[in-house]
Formats: sequence, structure tokens, C-alpha cells
Amino acid sequence: MSIAVVDSGGANISSIMHALHRLEIEPVFTADAAVIRAADRVILPGVGAAGQAMQTLNKYGLVNIIRELKQPVLGICLGMQLLFESSEEDNAELLGIIPARLSRLAEQPGLRVPHMGWNVISRLKPDPFGDPVDGKWFYFVHSYAAPIGNWTLASSTHGQPFSALVRQENFYGAQFHPERSASAGAALLKNFMEISCK
Amino acid sequence: MSQKVARRIVPCLDVRDGQVVKGVQFRNHVVIGDIIELAAGYRDQGADELVFYDITASPEGRRVDVDWVRRVSETIDIPFCVAGGIRSVTDAREVLAQGADKISINTPALERPGLINELVSAFGSQCVVIGVDSIATDGQYTVRSNTGTPDAMRAPGRKTMDWLAEVVDRGAGEVVLNCMSADGTRAGYDIEQLSMARAILPIPLVASGGAGSVVDFIEVFQQADVDAALAATVFHSGQIPIPELKKQLAAAGIEVRPC
Repeated sequence: MSIAVVDSGGANISSIMHALHRLEIEPVFTADAAVIRAADRVILPGVGAAGQAMQTLNKYGLVNIIRELKQPVLGICLGMQLLFESSEEDNAELLGIIPARLSRLAEQPGLRVPHMGWNVISRLKPDPFGDPVDGKWFYFVHSYAAPIGNWTLASSTHGQPFSALVRQENFYGAQFHPERSASAGAALLKNFMEISCK
Repeated sequence: MSQKVARRIVPCLDVRDGQVVKGVQFRNHVVIGDIIELAAGYRDQGADELVFYDITASPEGRRVDVDWVRRVSETIDIPFCVAGGIRSVTDAREVLAQGADKISINTPALERPGLINELVSAFGSQCVVIGVDSIATDGQYTVRSNTGTPDAMRAPGRKTMDWLAEVVDRGAGEVVLNCMSADGTRAGYDIEQLSMARAILPIPLVASGGAGSVVDFIEVFQQADVDAALAATVFHSGQIPIPELKKQLAAAGIEVRPC
């Protein structure tokens, strides 16, 4: 099975590569449209700011390539956020696969932003991708969050509920970092590899 | 069901010449083991995050040796932060590229506070941690720099609470506040100072220095409302096993990730 990890310009991409190596998967880290199109699975990582990541995808001519992918695609953290329509962060226009806007988590007494640390997810919609990790703990680091909608497989709560795990057809996303979420994270990545291709 | 992110337990591994060491109040370091073995052990025990602090890098003016950073990233599947010797965006990029989730800066931020803004704009605030070494003198908390080597230590003349407010303004994503008077004493965290810092910081605060018992952890979470508690000695010595600590924290009503 061929796995393409999309180069979206982030500085810390190797943690996801290392996580896949631990699952005995040899991914290709690439911005090459042909390699991405031909891959069995595509992972869209990303850490940093939404606007900057979109600029990088634009620079590499990958925006439409990603939108038109038919194989399972997994967005991680900022990569998940990029699947949405727009973000309050930099007022960025995103890939527009999921019709919703990300907004900044509200600071409240006793509640810190960024939401940094381990939190639990709970299932809102049955799906073979998310079902096995219902109720598990994952490592989150983010200041912007996606609303709950019919794309939400599982939610988490930091002052307000938000989408922790999403799916829109062949596009999957995790707001947390499965590559840094111990056994639960490894199980989710493994799940993604086992989704049947339709 | 959790309504809040779990409080984090963070073992700190002081690294010197590729080995993990421990000293008391930054002095008298003894080698306690191999980085990768200790990191994997803490992951298995249920640590929520690890901090690796290269105590040789900063005072000697050299950067962290990035090879062990990559080996740690390949081995463990929990987040980790690298501190020590990161003086520029280029240094930080190198460490993050090897798989570190966050970088922590201390002395270089005091020397040139604009570095915080540069790191935040390059990598996002989520991976920019500011380490602060603070000590009480004449009823005031003030910061210290170059604390890795006692002879090189300086007092840059900044009040701790002013500095904390400034690092937030500059976009830092998290603060590790090391209360130097308590460090290595096992007499408990500096609740008073951490509570003052808490009142200033809208971002996550990690308590450091002084952990000696399970009660110290319970108190620092309950009384100073910190997001994470960092410790070295009590974990390295085996005095407080992390699963037992988390069990007692949970029994005290503190939200933790089960081991």
C-alpha cells in the first residue's frame, strides 16, 4: 500500500512519519501531484497557521488536486482544519470540502487557550473509522476549532463542544495528534489504513 | 465524561552529553541512564508528556545535538518538548524537523525577547514554550538566566510577573515556571508564586521545582490551578510511580488521563 504524506510546509512533519514507521508503513513525504493522486492513502498533516498552510498548498498547485482525491484522505490537526471552508484564523479560505467555518476557542475563567493536552472523545455518529476509539484519550494542541455538524463522528469539549473526528465521504480528519496519542492514536492510524477503498 | 482537558504529568529529563543526569539546584550532576530507555519507560508508565532539557547546550553556546531528538521521536508516541540551546528560528526548525513537538527557550528569550515573536510566526504559538527560572529575593520574584551552569548564571534584572505578561503578549503558547528556591528540595511546589503566575497567564502553565510527594502534586493542581506538573527526582528515583500518582490524583477529583 502506498501512503503519501502531503508537504504542506510545516516544520514538524517527522513525528507523523515516525508514527507510520512504528506501524511498519513506509510513507512518501511529497508535494508531487502525481505521487499524491496515485497513492492508496493520503495524509494531510499540518502544524502552524491556516493561512500559511493554504499558501503553501497554492504554491505547489495542490489545492484542486486535494479537493478531487477519491482515495481515503486523513487530515491531522491543522490538516483536518484545512478540509473546512474557512477559518477565523487569518480569515483564511480553506479547501472547502466540509461546509463550515472554524472559530477561535473562547477563553473563559479556568480554561486555557490553546487547548493543549489530553482529552477524551465521544462518538456522535457510528463509523468504522471512529468506532474503535470511542471514549479514548488523545493529545490536542489547537486554538481554533470546528463546529459540530453532520460531518462530526466524535466530539470533544474544551469549554464548548467541537469536532474532534470528522468525515465527509472519503475525507477524514482528526483535530488531535494520533501520532502523539500513545496506543489510541496508533489504533486510529491503523484503522485509517484498513478503511476499504471504494 | 470529561469536560476539561486532563492535568498533565511531565517527567523532565536533564540531558548532558547524550545521557540523562540529575543534580540538586542545578549542581552535582550524576548520570542516571540512557535517554531512549528512560523516555520509553515513562511513556509506558503513563507520562503525558516529556521535557528534555539539554543542560550543557545553553551556557556553552552550542545547540542541542539533534540526533537523540530524532531517536526519541522514533521511539515514543507521546508529545515531547526540547529545551536548551535554541537561540534562533533556524535552531528551532532543526529540532522540530527531527520530531520534537515543542521547543522551549529561556535565556535566549531574555537576551532578545523578539525571538519569541519570530518563533511564533514561524511555527505557531502551540509549539513555543517559554522556560522561566525564578527566585524570590527581597519579597520580589525575579528571573535568572544561564542557570544550566552555576558559574554562568546571571540576574538580568526582570521581575518574573512582568516577564510572564510580556511572553504572553509576544505570543508564547505555554510557560514552564521553575521556582528555583524549591527545585530539587522535594519540599513541595511554590504554590504562592505559581498562583501569582496563574493569575497572569491565560495560556497553559507548567509547575516546576520542588515535587516531593503525591500531596505536592494534588496541592499544586488544586491550589495553583496549573495545567501540568513537571518533576524529575521523584520519578527518576522511583519514589512516585506515575500510575499510582494518577490514581491518587483521580481520587482527589483531579482530571487525569488514565494510565
